[in-house]
Amino acid sequence: MGKNILVWIEQFRGQPASPSWEGLGLARRLSETLGGQVYACLFGDGVQELAQEAIAYGADQVLLADDATLADFRLEPYAALLAHLAREHEAEVILIGATFRGRDLGPAVAVDLDTGCVADCTALELADGQLVATRPIYAGKLLSTCRVPERRPAVFTTRPRAFPKPEPDAARSGQVVAVAPLLGEDQVASRVTGFLETEGGVNLADAAIIVSGGRGVGGPEGFAPVRDLAQALNAALGASRAAVDAGWIPYEHQVGQTGKTVSPDLYVACGISGAIQHQAGMRTSKVIVAVNKDAEAPIFQLAHYGIVGDLFKVVPAVTAALKEKLG
Amino acid sequence: MPYNCIVLVKQVPDTAHITGQAMKEDGTVNRAALPAIFNPEDLNALEMALQVRERHGGRVTVLTMGPPRAAEILREALYRGADQVILLSDKRFAGSDTLATSYALKCAVEHVGDYDIVFCGRQAIDGDTAQVGPQVAEKLGIPQITYAESIEALEAQYIVAWRAFPRGREKVRCSLPCLLTVVGSANQPRPPSARRMMAYKLAATPLEYAALLEQYNEFESAAALDAYLAERGLQIPLWDADDVGADTTWLGLGGSPTKVLKVDFVVVERQESKELPATGEGTTILVRELIDEYIL
Repeated sequence: MGKNILVWIEQFRGQPASPSWEGLGLARRLSETLGGQVYACLFGDGVQELAQEAIAYGADQVLLADDATLADFRLEPYAALLAHLAREHEAEVILIGATFRGRDLGPAVAVDLDTGCVADCTALELADGQLVATRPIYAGKLLSTCRVPERRPAVFTTRPRAFPKPEPDAARSGQVVAVAPLLGEDQVASRVTGFLETEGGVNLADAAIIVSGGRGVGGPEGFAPVRDLAQALNAALGASRAAVDAGWIPYEHQVGQTGKTVSPDLYVACGISGAIQHQAGMRTSKVIVAVNKDAEAPIFQLAHYGIVGDLFKVVPAVTAALKEKLG
Repeated sequence: MPYNCIVLVKQVPDTAHITGQAMKEDGTVNRAALPAIFNPEDLNALEMALQVRERHGGRVTVLTMGPPRAAEILREALYRGADQVILLSDKRFAGSDTLATSYALKCAVEHVGDYDIVFCGRQAIDGDTAQVGPQVAEKLGIPQITYAESIEALEAQYIVAWRAFPRGREKVRCSLPCLLTVVGSANQPRPPSARRMMAYKLAATPLEYAALLEQYNEFESAAALDAYLAERGLQIPLWDADDVGADTTWLGLGGSPTKVLKVDFVVVERQESKELPATGEGTTILVRELIDEYIL
């Protein structure tokens, strides 16, 4: 008998989160060896449309819980239901994107199932039928290799963009099974009573390109050229802790150990020296470009392309050159 | 009305100063060789608890699980304003993963008892799992508000707090008791007070008595020192697994479903790096290469 994999499909107001699709792609690859079913666990209110998408991305079966109690992500009803489904389908593995919400759900489900949860994995491989996970620790300076040898299911939260997002295949077929929530509203102690969207909609985790500013921008106005470049590249705007702590830009933009961990295709660091804490948040970026006045700045150790110079001259020049090339 | 707060804190290696020497020959991390600090976001958690006490009254109890040396951050918590601190330390905790750690902490929190809010930092800078907070709440069977940035309202039966997310802020209301994990942007932790540093510098766990006796020869015996500290409220309680009623099969390596196979030091390979001139030519080359490499 094959070993089943459960993948949590995260959505916010009906918008699916990319790490869920990355998880389905990973689950498909693992299931070639494990031989079981890939179940997509989709919870929300009015989210049935996403079920077909989950099948296109690799689910064999979608366990769809569509209910008002699941409209907002709340840990209690989500964890209870996911744990219940894992038991019911005798899951071998649960994959959850290591997003803000996923990093709550994974450990909570692990408590409910009395099993191990490996956080924020950047690699997951099968060795002798066992999943072996790699995760960065100590600000990314050390890599820990671990596994959950005995207890089942094993829970893994996977770092966004660390695993490739599969091409959706609209021709794939799969089953959608409706499941009921486990907890009634009166059994849930928390309510989401408001949401204030951040202006500019920063979503660093999903961004393919990030342009960040640091101490070198000198003040809130100094972010203007950085912002212009981000706009030209259709990129998300990031910042170092120094810039956030100085009050030049809100915390949502912070990349680094106490901010967001990102791994975009392209990371442009403007006036960022590259302290270890910042590196921890962006070192897995595929291509890193650094612009800094100080030739000795540690960021140049990581950068694929480095320009030593005044960011207020270099960054606008790059923006102009880009606009010319890309039209 | 007053609220009793328990703050869970951790002493962590200062990851900003890690070198290859941080590794032992057997591939494990040599924590002893690293400077140890108060986990940064735990300071934000402590600050939030102290502000609750200032506004509403109540007690702030700071609890850490760790080796004897972790008493250092408990003294720091006293300097910053904690009412009471406790060291949870036992060799049988060694090797605990997040599940076993949260079990031990859950037992300790219940042993403290009579609490309204448990505060934790969002994440420790060594393990970077961010799992212990959510797992302690789940084990205690209480609701939790993670990524908490501010408390909007606190009433007899409930709390309303704002959570910081990448795309915005979410307002959540939940019943008490509950657990909050606090993010770094929540507040500016107050510095240690000079007056409290004078008052609490001798605060010690029994594990530190030998060192104190050596340092201060006016105490004739451990018993004399103990009496002196007790009189001044400077004893830091030391709890082991039995004190908090923990079932030892759930602790340490044996109680940990997650096993670490190895830890590697990441050698930062110098990237094949191109330094480009800060001229029009340099920027043109950069843009062309980014396009040629299909990055743009």
